[in-house]
Parts: sequence; structure tokens; C-alpha cells
Amino acid sequence: MSDVTELEAPGGSIGVYTRPKANTGWRDWITTVDHKKIGILYGATAMFFFVIGGIEALLIRLQLATPDGTVLGAETYNRVFTMHGVTMVFLVIMPLAAAFANYLLPLQIGARDVAFPRMNALSFWVFLAGGLFLNMSWIVGDAPDGGWFAYAPNTGMIFSPGKGMDYYAIGLQITGIASLVSAMNLIVTVLNMRAPGMTLFKMPVFTWMILVVQFLLLFAVPVITVALFLLLFDRNFGANFFNPEMGADPLLWQHLFWIFGHPEVYILILPSFGIISEVIPTFSRKPLFGYPFMVFSGIAIGFMGWGVWAHHMFVSGIGPISVAAFSVSTMFIAVPTGVKILNWLATMWGGRIRFNTPMLFASGVVSMFTIGGLSGVTHSVAPADTQQTDTYYIVAHFHYVIFGGALLGIFAGFYFWWPKVFGHLLDEKWGKWNFWLMIVGFNMTFGPMHILGLQGMSRRIASYSPGFGFEFWNMFASIGAFIIALGVAVFLINVIISARRARTAPPVGLDPWDARGPEWFTPNPTPVHNFDSEIQIDSLDEFWHRKYGEDEDGRVVRVATAEEVCQDGSATDIHLPSPSYWPVVLAAGLPFIGFGLMYTLWFCVLGGALVLMGIYGWIFEPVDDPDGPHGHGHHADEPTEDVPPEDSVDDEPLETAEEAPVG
Amino acid sequence: MADTAAVSHGHGTGTGLSDNKLLMWVFLGSECLLFGGLISTYLIYRSRFADGPAPGDIFDIPFTSVSSFVLLMSSLTMVLALSALQRGDIRNNRIWLLTTALLGSLFIGGQVYEFTTFVREGLGYTTSPFSSAFFTLTGFHGVHVSLGILMLMSLLISSLRGTLTKERSETVEIVGLYWHFVDVVWIFIFTVIYLVPSPTS
Amino acid sequence: MESHEASHEGGHDHPSDRRYIQVAAILAIVTALEVGTYFVEMPGEVLIPMLMVMMVYKFFYVAAWFMHLRFDSPLFTKFFVTGLVLATIVYGIALTVFEFWHKG
Repeated sequence: MSDVTELEAPGGSIGVYTRPKANTGWRDWITTVDHKKIGILYGATAMFFFVIGGIEALLIRLQLATPDGTVLGAETYNRVFTMHGVTMVFLVIMPLAAAFANYLLPLQIGARDVAFPRMNALSFWVFLAGGLFLNMSWIVGDAPDGGWFAYAPNTGMIFSPGKGMDYYAIGLQITGIASLVSAMNLIVTVLNMRAPGMTLFKMPVFTWMILVVQFLLLFAVPVITVALFLLLFDRNFGANFFNPEMGADPLLWQHLFWIFGHPEVYILILPSFGIISEVIPTFSRKPLFGYPFMVFSGIAIGFMGWGVWAHHMFVSGIGPISVAAFSVSTMFIAVPTGVKILNWLATMWGGRIRFNTPMLFASGVVSMFTIGGLSGVTHSVAPADTQQTDTYYIVAHFHYVIFGGALLGIFAGFYFWWPKVFGHLLDEKWGKWNFWLMIVGFNMTFGPMHILGLQGMSRRIASYSPGFGFEFWNMFASIGAFIIALGVAVFLINVIISARRARTAPPVGLDPWDARGPEWFTPNPTPVHNFDSEIQIDSLDEFWHRKYGEDEDGRVVRVATAEEVCQDGSATDIHLPSPSYWPVVLAAGLPFIGFGLMYTLWFCVLGGALVLMGIYGWIFEPVDDPDGPHGHGHHADEPTEDVPPEDSVDDEPLETAEEAPVG
Repeated sequence: MADTAAVSHGHGTGTGLSDNKLLMWVFLGSECLLFGGLISTYLIYRSRFADGPAPGDIFDIPFTSVSSFVLLMSSLTMVLALSALQRGDIRNNRIWLLTTALLGSLFIGGQVYEFTTFVREGLGYTTSPFSSAFFTLTGFHGVHVSLGILMLMSLLISSLRGTLTKERSETVEIVGLYWHFVDVVWIFIFTVIYLVPSPTS
Repeated sequence: MESHEASHEGGHDHPSDRRYIQVAAILAIVTALEVGTYFVEMPGEVLIPMLMVMMVYKFFYVAAWFMHLRFDSPLFTKFFVTGLVLATIVYGIALTVFEFWHKG
């Protein structure tokens, strides 16, 4: 399907301010404001960082496979495990969730794009800038080495001289901007751009979970912003935020970091919870059990996640009253998650389950996250945590929830939505190998860490001595890690093979999975304009209810084919938001400002100039197609001829692009 | 600045509110967490003044009261600027925008004077946790005010070029929201940092 | 400046300029009272609650009138209040862990 964008620069614009026109090639990708392309950019970039983070993991496991390992020296080990954590959290899981959110959210709410398409592009380019900036630290030989949690004053200038922790702090500030901007954009999008009839409680669960995540980001990112600024000021300007000799309290860092850090882990997991809430009903051929409970438990997790942060600090000396309070609050937060697990199981129960690859991964999430959640509950018991903390038991817990929960959910999403994005399925056979290698390797790697931890193996150290009995399980775990790597390689091979095969194979057609959500109304791959016409949403799982009804005995019967229900993507007169190169310009300035703070102020000047140019170029570039039917001055209270009668359905021409040009 | 009039999203389901205005309010919600962190840091550290001056020793309440009043009045002039533009009174819109920017600049000038005085009196950025926290908090606030002044000047220029019309008053409203928020943060800072009695050495 | 009721094409009410000036005058008076506490001796248990009340009052007035929350959709207020309440609770807890309330 060819791109059908209409991009007329208004006559008389100043040369540099005309909107770019490319709709193919690298110029298209650089200037795109299309949420679908941006989603693909996020996904591809995140997978690139996934490979880097995975190599870092393999280096760790090589080093720890034997006692007194010599693969990495202690200093290098510190850098590798720090970057592994930073990469996986900030440059892999978060942007993978963003990839799905960007691609799917407008489709799931029946919209043309997000509320602020250029800001959406900005978020991606800023994220990329931050990720590259962080990894520059490897190239200059000074990667951060203070752990992803960067406890001060260890990460201050005295104990972490050099630039590594500055790369960390500045790099995360940059990625933080991306997250914050994206959060604001998606919140406005969900609140303001839903299809007719789509009340909040008819939105798919994936959209709900993403909405909760955006609120978490909105409020949590500023907290780590403060922490990182304080660290930067201590390191570079001689401030005394974490300097105990001057009377500062190192716990300030820990509080600020974990006030962000705990909501952050819910930011990591909720998107995957949303993904499997779409996959499991589809492949169980049953509606999601307890939709209101799924929504409310997600909201509850979002709220309660703010009240548990100091469970990361049980042994830091906060005192018994604080420990007890946070212990209790942490126990409570298991409840909404438990509700979700039960609801997924209840959805599967009595369903006619097809174990295609997406369902395998989704089942993996339910089982692996349950294990990780149970170890989490053991952490909530503060006296028990006193033994567990700083051991491999904790490493086991968080890998079970992040890898077993978040990452497996993302892979479920890959397999499920691949046809929607790319117009062909990923191969099932390779997919099953992908799944089994990953889940076996994963359990081999992280299962034994529960044992190692309880036997007393410390975490965050470069080596362990022989004679403690840690040898066997460490070697076992290291082998498991390579099996995971094999699984990932199989996934990448699957991607390539499936793409090749798709060139000559018949197209995947409509609704390949017989799914439930509104995104499947569109053909595969999604046409650039998304929907041909507005969809009227009368119920949850509207798409399903148009395909299936009930006969007199209450049995489910098919009432319409996919061809009858789906749109065919043939609309050609739909106006789309125009591309822009100012987001890239603005984003490019940020790393230069970062380098300027670390090396020479001239870089700050250059970076600042790029940022200012980006901002003003953005503000002054022409509105897309102001001569179109819905350009300037279209107010909500002006009557228009296409105000629908009450019973109109989805056959009216869709309104044109709603981009507010400032956005 | 380009068009920011409330744009219809068709017959879809939404709040009916302007995207841009909603965006600004969402942003201000997140700013509460930013300033909250800086204020809490200050509160924890206000009694840790090492060998340097303590807050009770060094604050000049009468002086800061005047600059606080200046900033407060700038909120009035800001809302008068908006009100003028909503009536189509371009000329007064410009006058009030300029006045707001001037009052903001006066506030910043006062901050600069206050800071340099403190430094001369022995309270530098690196003197103590108290000093670092104080200068960081008020510095962040000052940066926010300065960015606001830049936005006001941009609006003024836009008006002088004839592109800031009554139809686009929402742009002024949104900049105004930001400005009032920054003022409201100062209301908090002035009370909690300056007026609440501080430790002395 | 003009003091007639501002009419608006959307149909919702805007305060007049006179009203805005009245609000500003009230804010100025409260500020003067606040500053006045600096010059009057009183115990902390009286002074601090008084300052807090005056501060909240000013905060509320600016938000309600200048930021127009009083006349706008409640959704805007909800966003603002959510941020404020969340910040207050979270940082309040942190300050409590630091034993700020009796030490600070």
C-alpha cells in the first residue's frame, strides 16, 4: 500500500520553514511524525540496545561462571554490570513498551495519530540521543561504574572520579525528557482523541495500562530529575548534597532515587500486563475475565506503588518504625497484582486455548511473574529481607519479574502484533524455538540464583572465592545465559526469515488471529492513515462483537466475516500531520549540551543553539496544509454539516488531522 | 507562535477541552514533584550549615518581601494581559505583557542581588548542605522565571508582528498558567523557606 | 484599562479587570500580614500554622482566579491537585523518615 500523504507546503514560505515532503527513504524516517513509524523506530532501537545489554550480561556470566574469575577485572566488571542494568531498564524495556504504546494506542482508541505528533517524534529522537550519549561512555573508556542505582556518595567525585557517573547522570536526564514529553502527549491523546462511543471503560486493557504508566512517568521522572541534578552539582560544582563530612545525609539520594525507582518498576511491568491482557483472551477465545477488576487493579498498582519505595532501603538505617511501615505497605501491593494473575487464569479456564507463540509467551509471563512476585512477597517481610538483601536472591527476584514478566510480555506482543505492523506473521516454528530456548535458558540462569542468594552469595561483586559452594549453580546459570542468547538469536533469525518469505508469500490478510481489539479493524499492515472512517464504539471488544453474536440458545455464532467488518484501507483523501525535521534538530542539541558540561563549554553553546533553533523552527514552521478543510480557526462550538445523527455508524468521512501546530 | 485555538477532534469521545491547555496542566502537575523534591531537600538541609552562615543569620526578610510582592503583582499584570487580548485590545495586551516581563526581570534582579550579597557574607554555593540546597532551589525557580520571561518576550514580539490576535488568546492563557504556577511556587518558597523561623548559628 | 465585563465567544464567564485587581489587592494584604509576622514575637506553635494558612489561602486564590480554575473544567483542577497531593504525601513521608518534624 503506497503512502498517501498530501503534503502541500503553503505558497510563499521561507525556504527553511517549508515542511519536508519525503515519504520514502531515510529522509522519511528522520522527519516522520507518524506514530506507527515512530513506534517501529523505538522498537528497532530498543532491540539494538537489547543486544548490547545482552552482551554485557554474557560478560557478567562469563566472569562469574567460575570462582575468582579473570574475564573482567573488578573495575570493568563494575562498569559492565552498571551498564547492563541501565541499558536494560532505560534503553530496552522502557522504549520497547513505548514502541507498542506508540504504535497501538492511537489504533486502539480509533484515532488518526497522537495529540502532538511532532512531540512524539521528539521523544524518540531524544531517547536515541540519550542512549547514544550513555554508550559514548564506553567509547571514551569511562563507562559509569556505580550501579544502575548510583548510590551517593560512592558516585560522588571522591569515590568516582572521572566522567563515568556524569555520563550516567546526564544521559538519564536526556532520556528522562523523552519519557516526560511522551507521557504528557499520550495522556492528552487518550483523554481527548477517543473514537465516538469509546468511554474510558470501553478502552482495551492495554490502553488502560499504558495510560496508568504515563501518569507514573509524569510524576516519577521529575523526582529522579532532582536526584540526578543534585548528583551532577555535587560532582561538578562542589555542592554538598551527599557529602557526609559537611553534614549531608547519603540517604537523601536513596530516597529520591527510590521514590522514582519503585514507580519505575511498575512502569516496566504494566505495559506487558496490558499486552497479555490482549493476547490471553484472543487465544483462549474468551473475553478477559473481570475487565473492571483488571482496570482498577492497574490503577491501584499505580497509586500504591508510591507508598512502598523504602523497601529498597530496609537495611540502610532508616529505623524500625519506617521499616515496619514500608514492610506492611509492600505486603499490600501484592494484592492487586494477585487479582490480575487470577483474572488471567480465569480467562484461560474453560477457554479453547490455542498455544500459538504469543500465547506461549503470555503464559510464560503469568507463570514467571508469579514466581517473581512470590519472592517479592518474601522481601516484604523485613526481617527476612535483611538476610536476602544484597544477595543473589534479590537478583533472582527482579529478573523473574523484569525478564520473566516484562520482557516475555513484550515478546508476546511482538508475535501477536507483528502482522499488524509488517503485514506478515512471524514463523510459528522458529517462534516456538525462540520461546522454549528463552524460557529454559531463563529459568536455568535465574532459578538457581534464589539458592545462591540464600546460601549467602553477594551481589554487585566481581568475583567470589572458591570453597563456599557457589561454583555449581554459577556455572549452571552461565550456561543458561548462553541459551537465552541463543533464543534471542533465534528471534532475530525469525524476523529475517519471515520478512524474506513474506516477499513471495500471499499477504496475511485481515484479522489473522480472530482477535478482539479495535486495532484489527484496519488491514494489515496498517495503512498510513489508520482508519478509512470513524469507528463507532458501542461496547468493549467492539471488533469481536461485530464478528460474533449469540444464537437463540445463547451460543456464540459468527455473524460477519472479517471482510465485512474490517475496513479495506482504500481511503485516499485523508489529511495527515506533516513531517518535520525540527524534532531531530532539537534532540541533537541535547547531547552537545551534555558534552559541554563535561568537557568544554563551547559544546554547550553549540548544543544550546541547536535546541533554540529547533524550538523556534518548530514554532514558526507552517501549519500542515492550512488550506485543508480543517485548518485554522475550527472551533468546537461551530456547527458543521457533518454533525452526526444519533444512529450514525462508521460510514462518515473522518475528520482531518488534529495536530495543534504548537505540539 | 502557530495557531493554538481549540481544535475539534470531530465527533469522538474526549474531554472537550483544548489539547494545548490540557498539556500545560498535565505538565504543571509533574512540576509539583520537581519542586517538591527541591523543597524537601532544602528542608532536610536547612539546619546543616557547617561552619557557614545559618539561614536565620543571613536572610533579609524585608528585602525578599519586596521581591515577592513584585512577583505576585506580575501575576496580576499577566492576567490583565490575557483579559485585554480576550477583548481584542491588542495595545493593552502588549503593555501588560511587557509589564509582566519587566516585573519578572525585577524579581530576577532582586534574586541576583540577594545571591551576590549572600556570597559576600560568606554563604557560597559550596559552603554547606544548607547553602547548596538553598541556591539550587531558588536557582531552579529563577531559571523557571527566566524561561517565562523569554516566553513573554516571544509573545510580545509575536504581537508586534501582528500574529498574536484575539483568536489566539489561548496561547497567552497557557503562558499565563505557567507564569502563575511559578508565582505560586514562590508563594510556597517564601513562606516555608523565609518566613518560617529558620535555625540560627 | 477597562473594567467592563469581559465577554467571550465561548460563552463562559471571565472575571472583569476590576475583579482581578481586587484579588490582587487581597493577595497584597495577606502578603503584608505574612511579612508582618516577622516583626511580631509569637511562639512557633502559633506562628507556623498561621503562616501555613495564609500561604494556602494565597495559593488557592492565585490558582482559582488567576489560573482560572474556578471557572474551568474540574479536570484541570484534578491534575493540579493530584500533583500537589502526591508530592505532599510522598515528600511528607520522606521528611518523616528523616525525622524532620521534631528535629528540623
